[in-house]
Amino acid sequence: MIEIRIHGRGGQGAVVASKILADAAFREGHSVQTFPQFGVERRGAPVAAFVRIADPDEPLWIRCHVTTPHIVIVLDATLLETAGILEGLRDGGIVLVNSPQPPDALAIPSKYQVATVDASAIALKHKLGTRTQPIVNTAILGAFVKVTRLVRLESVLEAIRENVPVDPEGNVRAAEEAFATVLSSARAAA
Amino acid sequence: MITASATKVITGNHAVSYGVLLSRVQVISAYPITPQTQVVELLSEFVASGKMAARFITVESEHSAMAACIGAASVGARTFTATSSQGLALMHEMLHWASGARLPIVMANINRALAPPWSIWTDQTDSLAQRDTGWMQIYVETSQEALDSIILGFKVSERVLLPTMVVLDAFLLSHTAEPVEIYDQGRVDEFLPPFSAPYRLKPGVPQALGGLADPGVYFEFRVKLQEAMEKAREAILEEGKRFAKLFGRFYGLVQEEFMEDAEMVIVTAGAMAGTARAAVRELRNEGRKVGLVRIRVFRPFPFVELRQILGGRKKVAVLDRNLSLGHHGIFYEEVKSALYPMAARPLVVGYVLGLGGRDVRPEDIQAIVDDLEMREEAPEIVWWGVKR
Repeated sequence: MIEIRIHGRGGQGAVVASKILADAAFREGHSVQTFPQFGVERRGAPVAAFVRIADPDEPLWIRCHVTTPHIVIVLDATLLETAGILEGLRDGGIVLVNSPQPPDALAIPSKYQVATVDASAIALKHKLGTRTQPIVNTAILGAFVKVTRLVRLESVLEAIRENVPVDPEGNVRAAEEAFATVLSSARAAA
Repeated sequence: MITASATKVITGNHAVSYGVLLSRVQVISAYPITPQTQVVELLSEFVASGKMAARFITVESEHSAMAACIGAASVGARTFTATSSQGLALMHEMLHWASGARLPIVMANINRALAPPWSIWTDQTDSLAQRDTGWMQIYVETSQEALDSIILGFKVSERVLLPTMVVLDAFLLSHTAEPVEIYDQGRVDEFLPPFSAPYRLKPGVPQALGGLADPGVYFEFRVKLQEAMEKAREAILEEGKRFAKLFGRFYGLVQEEFMEDAEMVIVTAGAMAGTARAAVRELRNEGRKVGLVRIRVFRPFPFVELRQILGGRKKVAVLDRNLSLGHHGIFYEEVKSALYPMAARPLVVGYVLGLGGRDVRPEDIQAIVDDLEMREEAPEIVWWGVKR
């Protein structure tokens, strides 16, 4: 079972990203479960969502928070300055951050694999959200596919078309561009 | 209309909405603001888009929502509402009305902790506090079971003429998305034909429901309600078997697993049962003789089944995400009461945990089994995970 935690701010689409990711893995036959971190969502406030992906024959019975994720996705790099974002991340785990900077420029402990993608710029280029509030959730998932290879890009694109009500094709193009442009630290690329 | 069955990743809330759509409900009444959930949000979209041929009546309170359901059900309409916590508490007076008038209304209650302090997280005390209102109560573990229990709820309710409350944990089920099979309408229609109410008000024929019952007759009305609850046990099992034939999933009064040669047993209800199952499987892999019982139906209470299943075991831990203030966990007291007539009873210990949505993890369940193994007698309450 792979456990993923997505951190973002209200309005960035963290919960929808978790749903699209689970849907994509389900399309490939995996057992899936996804849920928000049980908070009251407000625009701009920190939010988190969890995804569990397991083998097709492994039922997902547990219903509790993800506390020791394999992968952490960060939709807003300023969240890295707040407490708890990397909490419980397993050694060798992957951190994928929406940031224009290269992975090595981020202050993230070396025991983790780090990847960055400028999902905000990609979202704006494809007219997703506004300059102050780009909707980055679909772009980051394209990068997620490239970095983790947990699901295929086609499955994510299908899940985007199913779950995104406004401009699904713009979201698809954003995911494809992020897939092509994500930067990984040397360890992550291996 | 849904013409082909399909499995989709949807939340527990939306699984309930699809159950209501497939049940061809005719009247939905709901209070649309917190603590309400997305259950009625999606239903309002179904009705607005014409996908569902129903009247959607928004009201100013949950008390009025249930009153509107009672009115609709009194003329024979298939009727649904959904609520949570304080909303359910506000319905309390009307809940008695629905059951006493023998109206087969189905309601989804998303378990949320009662205020104050304000909370939106899971806690079963809201629904368990409605224990004596004459509603059947079904505690589900998965989103699939939520959808299925709405369809089954109407089937059983319309057979025994009692209302059903389908209960699911806030967030752990309500906001969790997982694969759910949404059935084709044809199969659901075959299982659940249109409701033909044996007694109903007819516009144009002046009659009243609920007149004064003097001491010469009131008592017998209560006895009939109790008899209907007793018939419901059989109805739940029979309709459960019919449902299984058509849809491949069986739901009974209780679900027992890992029980062969089990000496210690975890008893719980709702979403926590899944976490407990994962823990019990681990303990079984280690060779520990531990079993799991999930109480699915709380009213009518499955005391016969619990005596059969728990008789002869050494120790039982009842896990309650609820609390009867001044006594103890509510499932704990019900299980103890069910086992009392037995000559040889297991030691039954009550654990109260996870109130107000506090996370309960497989490690907690495993530690509770260790705790249970050490105990020779039961304290009033074992608090689990309380910060001191």
